[in-house]
Amino acid sequence: MKHLPNPLRRHLAALRALAVLTVLLGLIYPLAATGLAQVLFHDNANGSAVRAGGRDVGSSLIGQSFTDADGRPVRKYFQSRPSAAGDGYDPTSTSASNLGPEDVIDVPPAGGEKGRQSLLTQVCARSRAAGELEGVSGARPYCTPDGVGAVLKVFPNRAVSVNQPCPATPFVAAYQGVRVECAKQGEDYAAGRTVPVRGNAPTPPAVPADAVTASGSGLDPHISPAYADLQAPRVAKERGLPLDRVRALIEQHTTGRILGFMGEPSVNVLELNLALDEG
Amino acid sequence: MGTTTAGMFFIASLIIALALAYRPLGDYMGRVYSSTTHSRPERLIYRLLGVHPEAEQSWGGYARALLAFSAVSVLAVYGLQRLQDRLPLSLGLPPVTDHIAWNTAISFVTNTNWQSYSGESTMGHLTQMAALAVQNFVSAAVGMSVAIALVRGFARARSGTVGNFWVDLVRGVLRVLLPIAFVGALVLVAGGLVQNLSAPHEVTTLTGGTQAVTGGPVASQEVIKELGTNGGGFYNVNSAHPFENAVPWTNWLQIFLILVIPFSLTRTFGRLVGQLRQGYAILAVMGVLALAGVLLTNVFELSGGATVPQAVGAAMEGKEVRFGVSNSATFGAATTLTSTGAVNSFHDSYTPFGGMMTMFNMMLGEVAPGGVGSGLYGMLVLAVITVFVAGLMVGRTPEYLGKKIRAREIKLASLYFLVTPVLVLVGTACAMGSAEQRASMLNTGPHGLSEILYAFTSASNNNGSAFAGLTVNTPWYDVALGLCMAFGRFVPIILVLALAGSLAAQSPVPESAGTLPTYRPQFVGMVVGVTLILVALTFLPALALGPIAEGLS
Repeated sequence: MKHLPNPLRRHLAALRALAVLTVLLGLIYPLAATGLAQVLFHDNANGSAVRAGGRDVGSSLIGQSFTDADGRPVRKYFQSRPSAAGDGYDPTSTSASNLGPEDVIDVPPAGGEKGRQSLLTQVCARSRAAGELEGVSGARPYCTPDGVGAVLKVFPNRAVSVNQPCPATPFVAAYQGVRVECAKQGEDYAAGRTVPVRGNAPTPPAVPADAVTASGSGLDPHISPAYADLQAPRVAKERGLPLDRVRALIEQHTTGRILGFMGEPSVNVLELNLALDEG
Repeated sequence: MGTTTAGMFFIASLIIALALAYRPLGDYMGRVYSSTTHSRPERLIYRLLGVHPEAEQSWGGYARALLAFSAVSVLAVYGLQRLQDRLPLSLGLPPVTDHIAWNTAISFVTNTNWQSYSGESTMGHLTQMAALAVQNFVSAAVGMSVAIALVRGFARARSGTVGNFWVDLVRGVLRVLLPIAFVGALVLVAGGLVQNLSAPHEVTTLTGGTQAVTGGPVASQEVIKELGTNGGGFYNVNSAHPFENAVPWTNWLQIFLILVIPFSLTRTFGRLVGQLRQGYAILAVMGVLALAGVLLTNVFELSGGATVPQAVGAAMEGKEVRFGVSNSATFGAATTLTSTGAVNSFHDSYTPFGGMMTMFNMMLGEVAPGGVGSGLYGMLVLAVITVFVAGLMVGRTPEYLGKKIRAREIKLASLYFLVTPVLVLVGTACAMGSAEQRASMLNTGPHGLSEILYAFTSASNNNGSAFAGLTVNTPWYDVALGLCMAFGRFVPIILVLALAGSLAAQSPVPESAGTLPTYRPQFVGMVVGVTLILVALTFLPALALGPIAEGLS
């Protein structure tokens, strides 16, 4: 070693250091942790599997879609939150929507390009659909009755309801004395001033917040107790169960805040649905 | 108890836990880096490396060893990704694309852990363990060693050396990070994190669909991801994934792990310079800025001010039910105040001002409390700038901890401060100047600018979190952000080590009536002020065009 030039010696030491540390930190450490975890916490370490009828049906930590092959909600099950992971609850392509808080204008399909619904319209559409499913009002602030974002593009003497393509009827007839038009295909409204219109929907809306938003992971296994309560009458009716029985099951599968202050109360949807199936 | 009250209890409990860990961990780290004895495994390692643990290095020798180690690391991480299909546990995944592999190698070696890839569909288990998780440990240990070298510069007198890089590296890993990580990994598994070597296995769901449940050595990587303020998630959605962050208390523990070393290092600093109160002063600066950052992020997120959160009724887009808005905001603040960059909720969907806070936290320069090691050395540089400013005001030669701040020291400190703003603003300008790069934005308008500004802020400050709507796995962004990460890490490190060398060589000046006391609340206030003014002057115009324009429209 002594006769090697300094830079070479230094890099050889670096290489050896990395090799030694890779064996220690990259192999021994994770494998030892795996071994011990498998012995001490076997179920957790392997993904908290949930079994029914003698087979794995998923993980209690990973949410699932309770929809049929066409994506329609299966009415006898409690529904999970909207998900941006793949086609919904796909653990091999986890994702959030990443849409911003002022993403309120839809991009209509044009010239072979697929359009894109704004986050606001997605929220409004989900709210409307959930309202219909549960038999309550799906109205929300900043949403039109037909379930898109209530947003105007305002020009000096023109106003356009930009998320309502013609021939839709705009959600308001006039804005500051100017007649509101529907959005014509191919017209560019980018230059107008964006004015979201709150409307007179009640706060809080009947459909809770978690029912109309996608989670961070796209795999959220929980819904809020409020969303579970909203769904209880439908599930009870569909299954011919007394409402009190369904509510008791919700109660059983609700986790409160840990130590009274960590996290938020949440209902595990897969476990709840499984309990219903098992009667 | 309401959401807000519970959220405040959550923050208070974290502060109490950090306060309890502060003295024992800070003192322990002080002993680790000043001890003169070597354990048996350490001696074996030094023999394998062919280095003499007693041989002290000049700042230049220290820097060269550090750079050699980092260069070798980049090559190894790159190689392991490119060859993963020929190695075991690849899960049948192909080699990682060249520009993504290069970006990821720089990203993990620089403690940034920016991810232009999606973990579950790109990296096999061996790549995660032997390439990425190894760098989670060693890049953190490198950061700590630089901080300790700077502290030695203050503590030593008429000395030509600042320590031995190999000894600091090995001790940081063996005596600090590894023991905590090992215990922490098992605790996290107890909370529900997975720790296995399985490939995804398919199950039939209740409604008859299929779902592939993923596996992996997650807990062992998760714990060091937080403890080493790295932030690179095993899966694409990072700590929002239930297998990475299963329950509210694992969320609490992860925030604790993120913050515990950066804060405790101020105690180590006080110990090593022989004046604990100097460490408390630096802690106070970090604490004030951090608490303000956490509370403001909470206020903005809980108030939900913007059209979509108003329509929803809460800023729940991109957040998990089990964590809720407040705990997510606290995590978001902690991860951006340190150079961690892990996320348990998606900053792109935060309210305009909540999102701005995550950016502002990074723009502080990752000093409150910052990354492991890098937070302490960044804050000490700001303290040096502060005594210089104060010295100008009263017309005296500035000094800090008995060392004169002369032209050479202040030049190094100023250059240190300038590196990241140059990278952030020039990088953002280049991206905005090209239609092709602008096309990577998911959102339009001011929010689109925020996505790009966030990306360059995150890369240059070695944070690694993202406004994740931006499509960054393109060759241009991989290269540009990779360069920002490399320059944003190693240029400041070289400047800090040079500063350490020049301080160590000085003889201490005795305290006089004209010496500015650097342990009083007055000094704490001045450092906070200098930090905020420097950041505001540098970044306010850019923020005004992005999140502020969005929030006020």
